[in-house]
Amino acid sequence: MRILVCVKRVPAPGAKINITADGRAVDTAHLGFTTSPHEECAVEEAVQIAEAHGGEVTVLTLGPAEAEEQLRYAASVGAHSLVLVPIEEVDWDPQRTAAALTATISGIEAAEGAFDLLLFGNESADAGGFQVGVRVAHALGRPIVNGIKGIDVGDGSVTARREIDGGFEVYEVPTPAVLGVKEGINLPRYPTMKGRLASKKAALVTIEQSTEAGGQLRERLHRPVEQVSETVILGEGPEAAAAVVDVLEELGVLA
Amino acid sequence: MTMLVLCDHDRGTLADASLEALTFGRDLAAAAGVSCEAVVIGKGAEGAVGQLAAYGAAVVHLASHDVLTDFGPEAWGETLAQLVASCGASVVTACGTDRGNEVLAQLAARLDEPFVANCREVDPSGDTWSLTRVQWGGSLLEDATLTADHKIVSVAHHVVEAAPASEPAAGTVAAFSPDLDASLARTVVTDRVVLSRGITLSTAPVVVGGGRGVGSAEAFAPLEELAAELGGVVGCSRAVTNNGWRPHSDQVGQTGTRIAPQVYIASGISGAIQHWVGAMASKHILAINTDREANIVTRADWAVIADLHKVIPAITEEIRRRRG
Repeated sequence: MRILVCVKRVPAPGAKINITADGRAVDTAHLGFTTSPHEECAVEEAVQIAEAHGGEVTVLTLGPAEAEEQLRYAASVGAHSLVLVPIEEVDWDPQRTAAALTATISGIEAAEGAFDLLLFGNESADAGGFQVGVRVAHALGRPIVNGIKGIDVGDGSVTARREIDGGFEVYEVPTPAVLGVKEGINLPRYPTMKGRLASKKAALVTIEQSTEAGGQLRERLHRPVEQVSETVILGEGPEAAAAVVDVLEELGVLA
Repeated sequence: MTMLVLCDHDRGTLADASLEALTFGRDLAAAAGVSCEAVVIGKGAEGAVGQLAAYGAAVVHLASHDVLTDFGPEAWGETLAQLVASCGASVVTACGTDRGNEVLAQLAARLDEPFVANCREVDPSGDTWSLTRVQWGGSLLEDATLTADHKIVSVAHHVVEAAPASEPAAGTVAAFSPDLDASLARTVVTDRVVLSRGITLSTAPVVVGGGRGVGSAEAFAPLEELAAELGGVVGCSRAVTNNGWRPHSDQVGQTGTRIAPQVYIASGISGAIQHWVGAMASKHILAINTDREANIVTRADWAVIADLHKVIPAITEEIRRRRG
């Protein structure tokens, strides 16, 4: 199988996210970067499918030059080819991103043959537009289902499971297919030392795209006003249990 | 001019999120000077018409077709695109659930229009709209503008409190028969696997959460006991699922489940952004943590500054003692 995974480089925040003085972006001065969590699982899933059924995994990202770090990480856990679509801006809007990814994928397929499966993260951890994979799939005329937490590869189709409240929906999607994957589909492996060394030598192709901005324009970022709650300390040991149960009684959850 | 509100249902049962979408939609429609109309796709939705009218739907479009046997993102998106063309809608909205956002993305791709997901506020005055939307699952907000012939926006889940309109709307039923290619069945649900018929993480009135501080898979047993005593369920942080202590379906957070219980008992959880955005819709939070400065403690209504391994069994015991 030929599988392509689209990933995004995002900051790795802890307890709080700071914003730059001009309000245009997340202040990353004291933050590391990571692959958006759903997409890290998409890479793992692709590598597992390739290991089980044979095949090649290509990982594609649209981002700053530094996103090479996330591509190398993907190679260190088993991806074979890496493609970077470099951008100068902090982020592109969803329509523009999708158009650039579609052009890039079409270009790779024209030269090297079609992919059987394209994997996206369900949504990016930062901007969370919930649409890039759908737009790319539609532009390529391929089926897509989002929210996928289980994939079984069949002959000419994939069985995909989507988590819903209290269970799963099952989809039988003919290949070539596109799936939006969610964290929880697997537990991503950590890179081995051998993987890390090999990732430094993995071939990385840079493909420039110039697509037009879409109709959604970011003005500024800000933090929501937090309701400052005065935390009532009920106690400092197991003897606080009575006070806790008083609270639960008051809330009516003991009935 | 018309606004369409996509109302999600599961084989006839209206999703609560749809009522949030209508509550949001009818105010937006009034501000934008357009008619607020609901769309329900697929069989078995007739029973929901009265409720949709009570929540402000002047017209309820019931779309049906042989392909629409169950949910299917492409078939739903195509149906919506055809209805937009047929009734000349200029605005389409839905609640920002997995389905709502997915179907609106399908619609936007088909109309080649922008789609703004998970809005909190929308100012529809003028050709270019101003909106505030959610980033990072809710820990950051983005002010944005939207320029488009068709305005497609979803409202973030749990932002609007669903409430009936002060006066019920007409709720005139309009049947709609889209022209769907049989190939769209390729992404329609073919089967369902039910794992739990009882309360779930997203519906439980009480969630007992455990984080890294719990320490192991086995150490969740007292949390299970307390949850059972309260008719609730156990949830956990991302650190816990990454350690393999609990299945991912128990994870509360940006990449897990968004919870909104009456009370969230968060134990051994620091409250990183990733977790907080999944828990912040809880009505009340009670934190149990050894660290007084932990993020979750400062955001909680009540806290016990102590070792959860001692406090949680004591709470369970106290509940049992009072019940005799």
